[in-house]
Amino acid sequence: MWRRIYAIFVSRNREFARDRSTLAWNLVLPVVLVFGLSFALDGERDEYRVGILQAGTEIDTAAHPFLATRYIRFVPYQDRDAALKKVERHQLDLLLDFGPPVRYWINPEATKGYFLEFALLQSTAPADPQIEKQEVTGDAVRYADWILPGILGMNMMFSCLFGVGYVVVRYRKNGFLKRLRATPLTSLEFITAQVASRMVLIMGITVFVYTGTHLLLHTRMEGSYVTLFMVALVGAISMVSLGLVVSARVTSEELAGGLLNMINWPMMMLSGVWFSLEGTGPVVQKLSQILPLTHVLDAARAVMLDGATFGDVAPALGALSLMSIVFLVVGAKIFRWGPD
Amino acid sequence: MTTVLEARDLVKHYPGVVAVDGVSFAVSEGMCFGLLGPNGAGKTTTVEMIEGVTRATSGEVIYCGAPAGARFRQEAGIQFQNTALQDFLTVRETLEMFHALYERQADLDDVIEQCSLKDLLGRDNRKLSGGQRQRLLLAVALVNRPRLMFLDEPTTGLDPQARRNFWELVKRIRGQGSTIVLTTHYMDEAQVLCDEVAIMDAGRIIAQGAPDALLQEQYQGLIIELPIEDVTDDLSGIEHTVLENLGIIEVVSSDIARSLAELQPHVKSLNHIKIRQPNLEDLFLDLTGHSLRA
Repeated sequence: MWRRIYAIFVSRNREFARDRSTLAWNLVLPVVLVFGLSFALDGERDEYRVGILQAGTEIDTAAHPFLATRYIRFVPYQDRDAALKKVERHQLDLLLDFGPPVRYWINPEATKGYFLEFALLQSTAPADPQIEKQEVTGDAVRYADWILPGILGMNMMFSCLFGVGYVVVRYRKNGFLKRLRATPLTSLEFITAQVASRMVLIMGITVFVYTGTHLLLHTRMEGSYVTLFMVALVGAISMVSLGLVVSARVTSEELAGGLLNMINWPMMMLSGVWFSLEGTGPVVQKLSQILPLTHVLDAARAVMLDGATFGDVAPALGALSLMSIVFLVVGAKIFRWGPD
Repeated sequence: MTTVLEARDLVKHYPGVVAVDGVSFAVSEGMCFGLLGPNGAGKTTTVEMIEGVTRATSGEVIYCGAPAGARFRQEAGIQFQNTALQDFLTVRETLEMFHALYERQADLDDVIEQCSLKDLLGRDNRKLSGGQRQRLLLAVALVNRPRLMFLDEPTTGLDPQARRNFWELVKRIRGQGSTIVLTTHYMDEAQVLCDEVAIMDAGRIIAQGAPDALLQEQYQGLIIELPIEDVTDDLSGIEHTVLENLGIIEVVSSDIARSLAELQPHVKSLNHIKIRQPNLEDLFLDLTGHSLRA
């Protein structure tokens, strides 16, 4: 069994490694995106962002005149520590708690916080309760720090879904799977080899791209590299497994491409690759939780930006593992060697 | 002789089409069994059901006395009609990959030698000629020292020299004791290689037996061929077959001298007449009413 898996694993790796254009695309695209976006967008973000500590998810703009100020995005927070961390990192410009006591936090190094403080104090009537000011300090998280996990995750998603899904469909269409079926190789052995091969390739590429950008752009890394590696590993398994579900029966590359794009696009838009989902509606937030990439990116950012430990990201890893099991079982169950 | 393979009443339905309609035959050990018929006769579907790559609508495949299963996959060597191999792999790497899939293994160097692939080992699969590719696919089918081999239209698309070389290779393999199931629409190929043939048409076997026995049963004599344009008047008094697409008339005769004398008054000249042995193609034509070459 293991010899058969190893034989398929090695031949698939050779095929990928010798396909120079695909290999180059997998390596160059994320690097270009990270560098391009970090240089293009590494200035201050345009938006003024204020966190409101409260129990619910809806902000009552009538609660205080400041909340009716135009051109400010108000984001509700339930966890004060998490919100303060964002103020420290300049991801939130001001955090407001209507208490009692009524308090606000700003980072004295953040310019937007300085102006927001003026706006808050201006909108507060003399009769209103006294607002208590508190300061937190910390370096800003640059866009490069924030976007790096997103780009790596997106590259991983494309590579896993297309690298497995599309390839299996191509093998089925051109009859290579039929040839394998006539050997003692089982579908489980074939799937295992495909998953293992893609895992090795994608982990190698991800580590290479991460190391390169980390060294060149000095991106933030607060947590453990081992934990980050685990997040990438479990995330890649979940997405390879998803690719196998798509490719389990499809015989047309066009249909496979369509199905894979139908999965890629929601993940790219709703998993927080390009922008944070904080402050988006509850439906979008709930929807994002069924997408594996959301868990990968949340966990990776938590490790890289907040120094989350393995225990902290364990729920995300658990969700990803559960998804992987479901995808693998379904994929193996419905897998077909040929069109018949 | 031991029966290695038995197909029992195989049926394959596709929506609106009966591709194979109750095919049964048995193959004895060491024999080369030919499944013949024109394109679309159901040969490939039949062997693919036997090979286990196409699911039969009904019927059974028995290998060495038991339903074909894991042992069959270990011991059968298969050369499909159209097989894609992985891109970017060399001939050696392809052979090594397939070799590793089997518990039962041939000596890879022997297989390489046998199929004359020594000079091609480092070449990318995609850069092989038609004949070289067929030799590689045959080698892939040999990596498990097969007890039973399936060759599906192995010489389609090859030039005459490459076809003859391939026949020699198949003869050598057979000489080593392998049982072979060959599907082909080349009747000369079947006549050269097969001990027994089954002729298929429209999903059914319409004749089965040793080629010589089948021909002897059907034809008592030789075939006289004459061009249609040489015939000057009605041949109604002489039993004959008109092959309009080939532009010839055929007369089967057990007494050539008498037949030629009968024909002489009806033809311009006897200069273009050919006399030959009947072959499987003639048999197929007589059995089905349509030409294999049509």
